[in-house]
Amino acid sequence: MSTYVNANVEKEQKLSQYKGVLVFGEQKDGKILTVTYELLTRGRKLADDLGCELSCVLLGDEIEGLEEVVKRGADKVFFIKDAVLKNFLPRPYSKAITKLCEELKPEVIVAAATTTGRTVMPLVAAMLETGLTADCTELTIDADTRLLLQTRPAIGGNIMATIKTPDHRPQMATVRPKSAKPAAFDAARTGEVIVKEYEGATFFTPEKFLEYIKDTTQEVSIEEADVIVAGGKGMKNADGFRMVEELARILGAGVGATRDAVELGWTTYPHQIGLSGKTVAPKLYFAFGLSGKIQHLAGMQTSEVVVAVNKDPEAQIFKVADFGIVGDVFEVVPMMIEAFKNLKANA
Amino acid sequence: MNIVVLVKQVPGTDNVKMDPVTGVMIRSGKDTIINPLDENALAEAIRIKNSHENVKVTAVSMGPESAMKAIKEAIAMGADGGVLISGRAFAGSDTIATAKAIAAAIRKVGDVDLILCGERATDGETGQTGAMIAYYLGIPVETYVSGVEVKEGGVIVKRTVEGGFERVEIPFPVMATVNKDINEPGFPTLKGKLKAKETAVPVYGPAELGLEPAELGLKGSPTRVVKVFSPKLSRDTIMKKADGTTGPVEEMMKFLAGKEAI
Repeated sequence: MSTYVNANVEKEQKLSQYKGVLVFGEQKDGKILTVTYELLTRGRKLADDLGCELSCVLLGDEIEGLEEVVKRGADKVFFIKDAVLKNFLPRPYSKAITKLCEELKPEVIVAAATTTGRTVMPLVAAMLETGLTADCTELTIDADTRLLLQTRPAIGGNIMATIKTPDHRPQMATVRPKSAKPAAFDAARTGEVIVKEYEGATFFTPEKFLEYIKDTTQEVSIEEADVIVAGGKGMKNADGFRMVEELARILGAGVGATRDAVELGWTTYPHQIGLSGKTVAPKLYFAFGLSGKIQHLAGMQTSEVVVAVNKDPEAQIFKVADFGIVGDVFEVVPMMIEAFKNLKANA
Repeated sequence: MNIVVLVKQVPGTDNVKMDPVTGVMIRSGKDTIINPLDENALAEAIRIKNSHENVKVTAVSMGPESAMKAIKEAIAMGADGGVLISGRAFAGSDTIATAKAIAAAIRKVGDVDLILCGERATDGETGQTGAMIAYYLGIPVETYVSGVEVKEGGVIVKRTVEGGFERVEIPFPVMATVNKDINEPGFPTLKGKLKAKETAVPVYGPAELGLEPAELGLKGSPTRVVKVFSPKLSRDTIMKKADGTTGPVEEMMKFLAGKEAI
């Protein structure tokens, strides 16, 4: 009995050393990416609920505007500086973050579910021997236990799972980019910017970054688009899908697709929206002939205004739509194309 | 050159059940497929095997005994052999516990230069195990790989990242998780199917992999599923029924104008 009690006390002491929330910010070419400020929105809320500090870590060679991270909500900004960190390389990035985490002992770490965050966080979790939950749509603090509740869409359908990391620290999660609004700028906020320069061994890596090639094949990047026209299996075939592209062209919109539509070869993977594709948050989202599987919804439900057309009145997509038309896409969409053509002609 | 390809058996449909008490996925052997991105990984391994000399491809899977089907299929598509990690002790493993077990199995395969797997699986969709396995093996990882160019002693990989691609050069051994842009997976051949039948595939449990029960399954998993529920989705949806007239579309245009969305 006493051994059991002691073990529990020991465990609690071990866990209670961990304090504070840390978010992993991102930069490209020395410029801080917006996703960093989205993480500050998430992180600030968690830190306030826990009554603790919010820190942000950024890695790079030279980074502009670190003060802005403070103005947008961080109490402390850690800039881990080394020439090898100029571009993302999994090994030195994960080692440097792990080193900082061993010093800081944060209770919670949140990163973006970008190609960078999704690569570096599993490595950091493994090094720190703790749990990691990917692609969370919701992060909250359990008031009784102070545990981080990580909610994410799970497996193939209409299920959400809430996951916790009860006995390990830090508690780690990634959240999808664009799933939160960037934190507002507050000129009056104060905080600290701390530059960290670790020894060479942390940064040693056999990886050699060669080059970055910008993808110019996409006319409108769906992640940046204000309007997206998306189609699913209900477009029937590649010809049907052309209607989606036509309306997108008229609206100057991005073309989105479900996994089905991509797998059937009607469009390419960069257009895929959802858990295994991109997360988007446009002002206006058209969903044509797609039922609204949870994986797809996870990628678009933060869109401001959603219009859906589907012949099944029970389709899930209508639950996240502001305006729904129950009907055949081959009847309704051509009418929309006409309506927008007229609108454009009269503008 | 030794290549290991990780193949995960995943449900072929979206009808997956969860155990309401433990929050663990209920897996059954019925209606399963190889995780589609793992098929891309396999196709890449076979492409490398066919264009270079002395390449051996081993398919490794972890799952119930029915996951043997995935390995046999990999052999039918061109892999030389396989290893199955299976046993009750592994049930309920989260990504960390899974990665430890797979890393142990890869170590047992020995002298591996290149490990390939899909960037994520269609069931869990975490995309975490690849990187974690690399960590436990003490080797670097490259993710979202859409191209592999084998060089003397290493590879140059093309990674798909936000807004473009990156090229990274890296010596062996290395783990690469691939996305679907890398290739078009092939099909099993008759010769391959016959070979799959003849090939003996060892099944490793915790003892063979030298793993302690505390590292495995739910016990070895830092994360716990506390709740599963149906997502709450609702907006105040205005619903119209198509009636052959332009009425519903006109109403939509008015609605969008009112919202200043157009």
